Amino acid sequence: MTELLINGKQYRVDLEPSANLLWVIREHLELVGTKYGCGEGACGACTIHLDGEAARSCQLTIGDVHGRSITTIEGVPQNHPVKEAWISEQVPQCGYCQSGQIMEAVAFLSKNSRPSHDEIVQAMDDILCRCGTYPRILRAIKKAAGTGGSR
Amino acid sequence: MNRPMERREFLKVSLSGTGLVLAVSFLGGPLIAVSSDVEEKAGNAGKPWVPNAWLRITPDNVTTVLINKSEMGQGTWTALAMVVAEELEADWKDIRVEASPVRDEYKDPVFGMQITGGSTGVRHMYDPMRRAGATAREMLIQAGAREWNVPSGECKADKGRVIHGKTGKSLTYGELCVKASQVSVPHDAPLKPQEKFRLIGKSMPRLDIPEKVDGKGVFGTDIFIPGMLYSALQGPPAYGARLLSFDKEAAEKISGVQNVVTIPDGVAVVANTIEAAWKARSALNATWDAGSHPDLDDAALDRILSEHMEKKGLVAKNVGDVEEALKKAAHRMKAMYLIPYVAHAPMEPQNCTADVRKDACEIWCPTQFQTAVLQVAMRETGLTADKIVIHTTQLGGGFGGKAEVKVVEEAVRISKAVGKPVKHIWSRQEDFRNDFYRPGSLHRIEAGLDREGRLVAWRHKVVVSPIMERVLPWMVKDGIEPTAVDAIWDMEYSLPNLSVEYVRLGLPIPVGFWRSVGNSSNPFAVESFVDELAHAAGKDPLEFRLNMLKENPRAAGVLKKVAEAGGWGKPLPAGCGRGIAQRFCFGSFAAQLAEVSVDKETGVIKIRRMVAAIDPGQVVNPDSVVAQIEGATIMGLSAALKERVSFGKGGVATSNFSDYPILTMAEVPEIEVHIITNNEKMGGVGEPGVPPVIPAVANAVFAATGIRLRSLPLSPNMLKKALANTESSTEA
Ligand code: FES
Ligand code: FES
Repeated sequence: MTELLINGKQYRVDLEPSANLLWVIREHLELVGTKYGCGEGACGACTIHLDGEAARSCQLTIGDVHGRSITTIEGVPQNHPVKEAWISEQVPQCGYCQSGQIMEAVAFLSKNSRPSHDEIVQAMDDILCRCGTYPRILRAIKKAAGTGGSR
Repeated sequence: MNRPMERREFLKVSLSGTGLVLAVSFLGGPLIAVSSDVEEKAGNAGKPWVPNAWLRITPDNVTTVLINKSEMGQGTWTALAMVVAEELEADWKDIRVEASPVRDEYKDPVFGMQITGGSTGVRHMYDPMRRAGATAREMLIQAGAREWNVPSGECKADKGRVIHGKTGKSLTYGELCVKASQVSVPHDAPLKPQEKFRLIGKSMPRLDIPEKVDGKGVFGTDIFIPGMLYSALQGPPAYGARLLSFDKEAAEKISGVQNVVTIPDGVAVVANTIEAAWKARSALNATWDAGSHPDLDDAALDRILSEHMEKKGLVAKNVGDVEEALKKAAHRMKAMYLIPYVAHAPMEPQNCTADVRKDACEIWCPTQFQTAVLQVAMRETGLTADKIVIHTTQLGGGFGGKAEVKVVEEAVRISKAVGKPVKHIWSRQEDFRNDFYRPGSLHRIEAGLDREGRLVAWRHKVVVSPIMERVLPWMVKDGIEPTAVDAIWDMEYSLPNLSVEYVRLGLPIPVGFWRSVGNSSNPFAVESFVDELAHAAGKDPLEFRLNMLKENPRAAGVLKKVAEAGGWGKPLPAGCGRGIAQRFCFGSFAAQLAEVSVDKETGVIKIRRMVAAIDPGQVVNPDSVVAQIEGATIMGLSAALKERVSFGKGGVATSNFSDYPILTMAEVPEIEVHIITNNEKMGGVGEPGVPPVIPAVANAVFAATGIRLRSLPLSPNMLKKALANTESSTEA
């Protein structure tokens, strides 16, 4: 039995500590906003927060996160400036990568509230989007940070 | 009304108290409106089914538009909802969208299949959706007029209400929907004149975006059904490989494993959890023979392509007399272009949840091709179509790859074999390995210029594997695979002598539709070589093209647009260059201008800026067009600079994003999109942005370095070597 604290809620799962965190979040707890993209840390679709820091859940076990506070896309409030900017800039296309993009952006902005263009690119560079929403992600982050945006 | 139940175009069904459900059917035959009393006479009374409906208005004031096209981020759902709402005079905030069921009534009226492809979602559904909206609007007006006992001519519809002008009385669609469902269906509901459009042509926020931002969009991977298990398949590592052995016991020992079964595709494991299923798959330790092409690898593939170039092919096109024209030409040029296999790599790997029972089958999947899913399900289960229910989920990217149904076939076979519902998700490795790639190809072109430097002859031979032959065989005429010669046999330029020869490459590597299909690859050869000819003729590449586009003003128009916006001809810093290219396909004209810089030390190509122009005729949702062109530009850049599927040991060597990198944010330049709007016939927008990207970049690299790269991807190594060679040759 392992305890997990996700989005402020305590979950008990009857699994070995070696169980993969991504699959536990998605398939056991059905918090499906967190996505599987590659399973090897290469795409960022599975990005969550551990105590506010962005982390790739596919690279973690539930044992690794014992006692830590996990946030998933479902735990970011709808009126969060990043989510609002994502809507006003019409960022998602298929949407599959977007939970990861948003989680990375939220964690990044919480540490660097007025980032430069290059800092944003550096922070977001390893989260893949096959639909090519990168220009809008950039715009939305600038908008959420109050340093830009188009609408 | 008392007419026989015939094939019909409009149909509505009133379910007690649920309101108005309206359908437009494309089954052909006479256009006959059927009201609910006919349904009753035909013995269908009281049957709780909702037929082929396109929209549903309910007393809670919600209008739900059912959409037969898959949403994979291209914005089709919102655009089609806009079209319905426009004619319906609905209040946009009352509009919802929903995936339509999979049934004959929802087939694409042009294709006769339920499929999302060929950039046709809005083009093919525009008219039927308009008529559905207009018809419902007229019925609501009738219902209001009846309610107030006034002539319907005195009533009008506006923002989700029917209003009686004289008295100012009004009722909402929700209040009227039940009554409206009792009105007989008009079949000549007038369509709005374009100048009255409030929605069509205006950028509307996409309806699917809020849920995607909240992580609530339901993709194929997000399906849960009662009793669901997880399956994983161990398929052959090489093409045609036969299973020799596997350790059933070892797999069964993994806790949570329920079944280990063989199906024609390999060995499948079914378990309580996905981790157990995947772990047990590894434990199978399956061994295979070497397969049908054990020596197939990247080098062998290049060799096979070259060998085929020496074979005689089929003449796909022959205009004028190329032989003679080449003989007479003042200047002749030859070149070979090599194009690799590329993968779709949607961020959501292919997946399918299937529940096969003795007498019924239910399937959930992110598919672009529902008709093919249904066919596979019927074939595998032996059930008739009416026993099979297919749910289309959101698609986490498609790009043509999700028109393939191998994953469905596997899931259905496994579920049937174990008699339980299974969720079957391909690992990323499987998604790369099982993809139906954009085919690699080899091109040999020879062309002639006359004394004035005009292009007078073009001889083109292409070696490539066919796609349509397998997917839509009726599109292959006289053995000519259209995707092999697209952008060659129908090039935009006026050309007196053109011959195109196609050599069919038969290989076990599966190939399929990749965003713009043959147009994603062939323009690299065509538009690069046009550039080579322009330079050989001593002409500006833009002028050279425009001279051959006098009869094609829209193609010229997009080129001029990107040239003007991209500062064509203006000075650039050393090491930088601009390139342009254009292509007309899927009903739309598109051009791209690339501005690049090249690091002479490393050979790294940096894209400084992309300027795109599209002339798609009439536009429904402009911001979605911009988004599609942005996305197409990035996917094109990714293929230009990075992508190539690798083969080895008779199978696929590529396994994940670590060995198949795609473009990341740091590599994406500023992208400027220009839409040329007019009232020409509506073209597609999902695909046409891709074709001119790759040649524009290659042409820009030439402008920056004087080096012509003729194989993809345009890798730093290749460029570095070429740069070193020119250095040494200039020194010598
Ligand atoms: S799924 Fe975790 S990084 Fe790709
Ligand atoms: S929106 Fe489709 S992968 Fe990013």
